[in-house]
Amino acid sequence: MHWFSRPASDTQITHGQRLWLYILAAIIMVLLVAPTLIVVPMSFSASQYLEFPPQEWSLRWYESYFSSTAWMQATKTSLTAGVLTMLMATPLGVAAAYGLHVSLHPWARGIFVLLITPMMIPVILIAIGAFYAYVQIGLVNSLFGLVIAHSILALPLVLIVVSAGLKSFDMNQEAAARSLGASRLTAFLTVNLPQIRFSVITAAVLSFLTSFDEVIIAMFVSGGQNSTLTRNMFNALRDQIDPTIAAISTIMIVVSSGALLLAQVFGKSKN
Amino acid sequence: MHHSTALPISISAVTKAYGAVHALKGVSLDIQAGEFMTLLGPSGSGKTTLLMAIAGFTRPDSGSIRFGDQEAILSPPHKRGVGMVFQNYALFPHMNVARNVAYPLKLRKVAKAEVDAMVAEALETVQLAGYGDRAISQLSGGQKQRVALARAIVFKPRILLMDEPLSALDKKLREHMQIELRHLHEKLGMTTVYVTHDQREALTMADRIAVINHGSLQQVDTPRKIYESPANRFVADFIGESSILPVVRDGNTIRFDGNALKTVTAPPDGPLALMIRPERLAFVTDASRDEVNTFAGNVLELVYQGDSALCYIELSNGTTVALRANTHAGGPLDSIVEGASVTLGLHVADTVLIPAGRDA
Repeated sequence: MHWFSRPASDTQITHGQRLWLYILAAIIMVLLVAPTLIVVPMSFSASQYLEFPPQEWSLRWYESYFSSTAWMQATKTSLTAGVLTMLMATPLGVAAAYGLHVSLHPWARGIFVLLITPMMIPVILIAIGAFYAYVQIGLVNSLFGLVIAHSILALPLVLIVVSAGLKSFDMNQEAAARSLGASRLTAFLTVNLPQIRFSVITAAVLSFLTSFDEVIIAMFVSGGQNSTLTRNMFNALRDQIDPTIAAISTIMIVVSSGALLLAQVFGKSKN
Repeated sequence: MHHSTALPISISAVTKAYGAVHALKGVSLDIQAGEFMTLLGPSGSGKTTLLMAIAGFTRPDSGSIRFGDQEAILSPPHKRGVGMVFQNYALFPHMNVARNVAYPLKLRKVAKAEVDAMVAEALETVQLAGYGDRAISQLSGGQKQRVALARAIVFKPRILLMDEPLSALDKKLREHMQIELRHLHEKLGMTTVYVTHDQREALTMADRIAVINHGSLQQVDTPRKIYESPANRFVADFIGESSILPVVRDGNTIRFDGNALKTVTAPPDGPLALMIRPERLAFVTDASRDEVNTFAGNVLELVYQGDSALCYIELSNGTTVALRANTHAGGPLDSIVEGASVTLGLHVADTVLIPAGRDA
């Protein structure tokens, strides 16, 4: 039988009848991904200006990025902030998710909502708030301040992802571990954590990316030595149109997708 | 590996309320060292709350729980040293069988060589020798239950708690495991507290049964006493089948439908009811024997169930009683048909008078 008239699933609908769905899905995918991917060929252009499609190919903009101390410093800041945000938001978020999961307190639900509000309010409000708060306590332009602000953004993601993971975990196992002689912490580390590791690794990667990709808060509270890559890219776009930005964007796409891919590989459960 | 050091458990006046719901209303229960005690009750009766209080997962509002002469009520679960088997096994799927069983030993920092020997011994005890390398997902329900048991006994606890451990198994396997658990208890001798809602399981396994309802103990006794002399109407109703018939008290004479009932012991005080187990009632032809109380009635309905037949009989005063008849050839079913007039006999020793109220 021809592919076209074969059933597409358990129902009797054929691939032919589904054709419109495949085309629609393809269009949506292209629309979602194309704006991101268009910078990739642009970054390999030999031209002085951003152009699409490039007339000539070259690696000069990658060279310009890697040989610039300013860009390297910003990259270091972004990576450091990303890792520190991950190290701060992941344990805090896991602890909060666990606590709220086992809590019978009537406020538990309310606290959960409170902790995920940073996800629902505009980031610029958090940025402005953080800026004025940091002015008071001298954290503006500090890496630490940036990490705290980014952790506020990352915490809701960790909370949601890990809570979902805990929902499918059988809490009787923790009780069994405790009856067998494990303290609550030991039980969590040896029984719960290995089984929710996929959620935790996913949450950690998302925290890293939340910080690494973030620009609004970085505009307000980072600067000088501690300017992030995204902040400098934004400024560079405003001042001069330079294909170095396209090269950096391409590298960031690779880093971000690479991180998510690693999460898939390492987090995959064996059974 | 007989546990000569099994610990008695002494529970006294334990209460626990969840908001307005009183899960335990002052429960006192003494469990002897090495005893197999079953907590039996319907769902929501408080039996699981009591077990969780013994395990340390539920903190009672008041009362005392002593293991031997040590007060345990304030110590956390991991310091109580009790083995526990959970309803859904609660095995760790990310560890193989041997690592599951070794878990409590590693926490106790037992030396590696000794761990291996103890794990092997525990697996052999539950008839799973050689299964150490298996993944949990490769095991059947019955095997999982055995691993859970091995894990709970491997560190030689002096108290073993079981929360409906067989409820997920099918009937045949469950009945087989009941006998096996019983033998294991005889072999290991640890004080065992076993929670179930299955009355037949309780009768099969326990040294003594504590029947619990609405957070209060109704009766604590041997299976035979619980079945044959229930302390109240709830116990009579919940355990086994029974017909409960109204009687009239006339001083120390108890009359049913006008006739004085013959009993072995003097009737207890207060308003009473007559409890009749269907299998203790028989069709009789001779109504004049001394050791038998007799009743006249008509067969309302006959339900054939294979190993026996259940007959519903309307007595002359309008009440209905159930009788379980044998189905063998030459037995009562040859002559009994629906609508027949019959005479029923109940041995005086099986003529049980219970308090007429519902609860203790």
